[in-house]
Amino acid sequence: MTAENNQPLLSVRNLRIEFPTRRGTLVAVDDISFDIAPGEILGVVGESGAGKSLTGAAIIGLLEPPGRIAQGEILLEGRRIDDLPYEEIRRIRGRQIGAIFQDPLTSLNPLYSVSRQLTETIQTHLSMNERQARERALELLEEVGIPGASERIDHYPHQFSGGMRQRVVIALALCAEPRLIIADEPTTALDVSIQAQIISLLKRLCNDHGTAVMLVTHDMGVIAEAADRVAVMYSGRIAEIGPVQEVVRAAKHPYTHGLMGSIPHIGHHVDQLTQIEGSMPRLQEIPPGCPFNPRCEQVSERCYVERPNLQVAEKSEVACHLFDAPGLEVRAGD
Amino acid sequence: MIAFLVRRLLQAIAVMAVVAFCAFFMFQFVGDPVNQMVAEDATEEDRQYLRESLGLNDPIPVQFAKFALNAAQGNYGISYQHKRPVAALILERMPATLELAITAAVIAALLGVPAGVYTGLRRFGFTSKLIMTLSLIGISLPTFLIGILLIYLFAVILGWLPSFGRGEVTHLGAWETNFLSISGIKSLILPAITLALFQMTFIMRLIRSEMLEVLRTDFIKFARARGLHNRAINYGHALKNTLVPVITIIGLQLGSLIAFAIITETVFQWPGMGQLFLQAVQVVDIPIMSAYLIMIAFFFVVINLIVDMLYYVVDPRLRIDQPGGGGGHG
Amino acid sequence: MAEQTAESPAVVEDSARPPSTLHRIWDSDVCFSFRSSKVTMLAAFVTALIIFLAVFAPLVAPHSPFDVATVDLMDAELPPAWEAEGDKRFLLGTDNLGRDLWSTILYGTRISLTVGFFSVIFGLVVGVGLGLVSGYVGGYIDAFIMRVAEIQLSIPGILIALLLAGVLRGVLSAEAYNDAIVYVLVLTIGTSIWPQFARTVRGSTLVERNKEYVLAARVIGLSRFSIMVRHVLPNVMGPVLVIATINLAIAILSEATLSFLGVGVPPTEPSLGTLISEGQNYLFSGLWWITIFPGVVLAALVLAVNLLGDWLRDALNPKLR
Repeated sequence: MTAENNQPLLSVRNLRIEFPTRRGTLVAVDDISFDIAPGEILGVVGESGAGKSLTGAAIIGLLEPPGRIAQGEILLEGRRIDDLPYEEIRRIRGRQIGAIFQDPLTSLNPLYSVSRQLTETIQTHLSMNERQARERALELLEEVGIPGASERIDHYPHQFSGGMRQRVVIALALCAEPRLIIADEPTTALDVSIQAQIISLLKRLCNDHGTAVMLVTHDMGVIAEAADRVAVMYSGRIAEIGPVQEVVRAAKHPYTHGLMGSIPHIGHHVDQLTQIEGSMPRLQEIPPGCPFNPRCEQVSERCYVERPNLQVAEKSEVACHLFDAPGLEVRAGD
Repeated sequence: MIAFLVRRLLQAIAVMAVVAFCAFFMFQFVGDPVNQMVAEDATEEDRQYLRESLGLNDPIPVQFAKFALNAAQGNYGISYQHKRPVAALILERMPATLELAITAAVIAALLGVPAGVYTGLRRFGFTSKLIMTLSLIGISLPTFLIGILLIYLFAVILGWLPSFGRGEVTHLGAWETNFLSISGIKSLILPAITLALFQMTFIMRLIRSEMLEVLRTDFIKFARARGLHNRAINYGHALKNTLVPVITIIGLQLGSLIAFAIITETVFQWPGMGQLFLQAVQVVDIPIMSAYLIMIAFFFVVINLIVDMLYYVVDPRLRIDQPGGGGGHG
Repeated sequence: MAEQTAESPAVVEDSARPPSTLHRIWDSDVCFSFRSSKVTMLAAFVTALIIFLAVFAPLVAPHSPFDVATVDLMDAELPPAWEAEGDKRFLLGTDNLGRDLWSTILYGTRISLTVGFFSVIFGLVVGVGLGLVSGYVGGYIDAFIMRVAEIQLSIPGILIALLLAGVLRGVLSAEAYNDAIVYVLVLTIGTSIWPQFARTVRGSTLVERNKEYVLAARVIGLSRFSIMVRHVLPNVMGPVLVIATINLAIAILSEATLSFLGVGVPPTEPSLGTLISEGQNYLFSGLWWITIFPGVVLAALVLAVNLLGDWLRDALNPKLR
């Protein structure tokens, strides 16, 4: 399921997100570009503060002020959506781009029953009467695997467990059959045992409905399990983007390589998990050149002065000077 | 729910008992009631007789039990100053205060709630900033000064409205009302506005901050991400979630309106309970003070109970006993 | 924090200066929000000016309202100096007793501020102490203190103050009451504001109490109470300062209100509340200045303190804006 040469569903071009502060402008997302094909699951991975959630928020027009899109554009099926007036972007939210947030416990309004929240969303986007909307709500709840849906539909959020609530949230995101779902850390707040269920549910549903997903997470395991392609973000930039097999098995960017080294694999015996020294720089302290240079084991002079751009390396694209010269293939960390 | 209500009711009774004890304590230790009641030249025998007949020689717990029993039956003794039963004095003046307080509460809620919602939703708008600035001035002006300024403007300079008293009142049985005559209504306007202003700004500022708090929550963000109309988000999801604190605030404010009426009644010479109480404080008329204390506490307790019951109507988390899915917190 | 600030293209900042302590204070967020708000600076100026005038009232005031020799009933009820019948000796006119209004206001502000400050300090000491005890000891004592605080919070402070004033009037003789009026006011008003301090401090104490370092310190035998004092108090200084500022405004208002209602400062003493109260009787005769000028000073003082409190709250907790 790769993006062949058809038009991408979502296309982010040179996106830059800034936060003006009194001590200067912070650049949280710096000139990133990527596509998502119809039906594709793109994993976006990175440490917190890497800019992955902000990218998701920018796509659905929910950047919180003072954050703003300073440059670049976002295209949905070829149509620019980042500069739409409020009412038009509102109509896209939920209808064409759904969203799932991190914490199912706080994503639902505690004072409204599940049915009310579902039918309200359905009726906002689809021309259905009360009865039809309720029927659809019931179908959705059954589809996301809520046992006894016909009975539970009139319950309030606090009567559901965390995993069940996230299923309700998924049902809400799927209400109007959007083409794309932005799932921002959908399993982080859940118990480990439930995480896998939710991920496989999400994957199955999107497969059934042909919905594309931008799956934002810091959990490489979730990505490996669910995504078709993966974008690795570091300090507001994309370090590496490519098919998930390629990135997991043959990471190119030294950062990705370190990231992969930190996942335990069942069946492989390792004495010690690798770990990247140091931590991601804070926004106001991003060094010039490659932002990863203070932590990189293969750093060269060039990394301190010149910012690497994304370039094709085998099946992936990678932003690292190690891959500049053609034919010079250095495997990070070996 | 019944268990909860019973618990609240017991708490209310406990509060009333404590307040009654405070009132009783005032009787016991503030001044000697006998001195207040007998003539200057009374003999020691007279005093002893009065002491005995008032039950002042009984042990303290017995006296308190008697006091509490009497209080519960509305018997608060005789006012030192007016030489009349306190209950009758208070009842006579209650309609004036209640009409004033309720009119003020209606004004405060009708203006304060929408203003709070508006300034919460458009916090950066010019009108919002104007309202917020005005409200800060409103909070900083003492109630009595507002009253005097209103009198100066509308009674002294413009001569439109009366500056004191209730005007012409209509008798409905024992209840004297302001609402049935032009003069009564005109007399009510200035005191009601004076009393309402502070409460209004208070309600407005609290609702605004509640609104801002709710608008920051995840479920509002998620509602936006679902593409709901702004109207549905602001007036449905957000406003409904501010209702619980708002009910609390307005409930408690109704109680404090009755207390703040003391000041307004003094400025406008409004013949209500507040004025009665203030005169009692000035001449240390303990029976009136303790009766007023008990009565105010009773108002607060009743209002609190009503507020508790309203929570059930608004918040399903309290209505339904147990979460079905085994709880969500982890 | 700023040790290894490398040159960053993303941040437009001049990091050339070495940050001195003074500069760091000047550059802190609190100070910045102060510098960037003209209203706050004006409020601070007005507050400082009024405090200055009140403290130095004996030097600044042209007349002494206490000195019976200089007060002449013939001078009573004179309008401000700029009015036709005004007297240039009395800038803001005179009151019904012939006292210079400007001087009387200055001395009155003195009482307002004294009562205000000491009431807040009283409420703060009692509230912080009880809050600390409540959070630290827990159990029945905590439940009891918090119930009392809750009940008191739901009753307007002015009512508590009035009741206490009434009780004290009964206990003390009229003369003793008037002599001790400042203490009476500090006690009554201070008592009416302690619960807010107590609740805030208790909350922080509960959070801090269960932290691991407290347990660790207990294990090695340190007194938990001294740890709590050392760690809780610094943590709640911000909120306590905000509550104190806002309550200073409330305390000043309460003093004026009690005096207006005739249970505070006696009418013979200069006080903003009594002046306004006296002036009200003369409003209909057109003697507006006796009420209006003290009213303006009172409102300006309370507004300025309220603005400072608002600013402080926002500056210390930007989330609450």
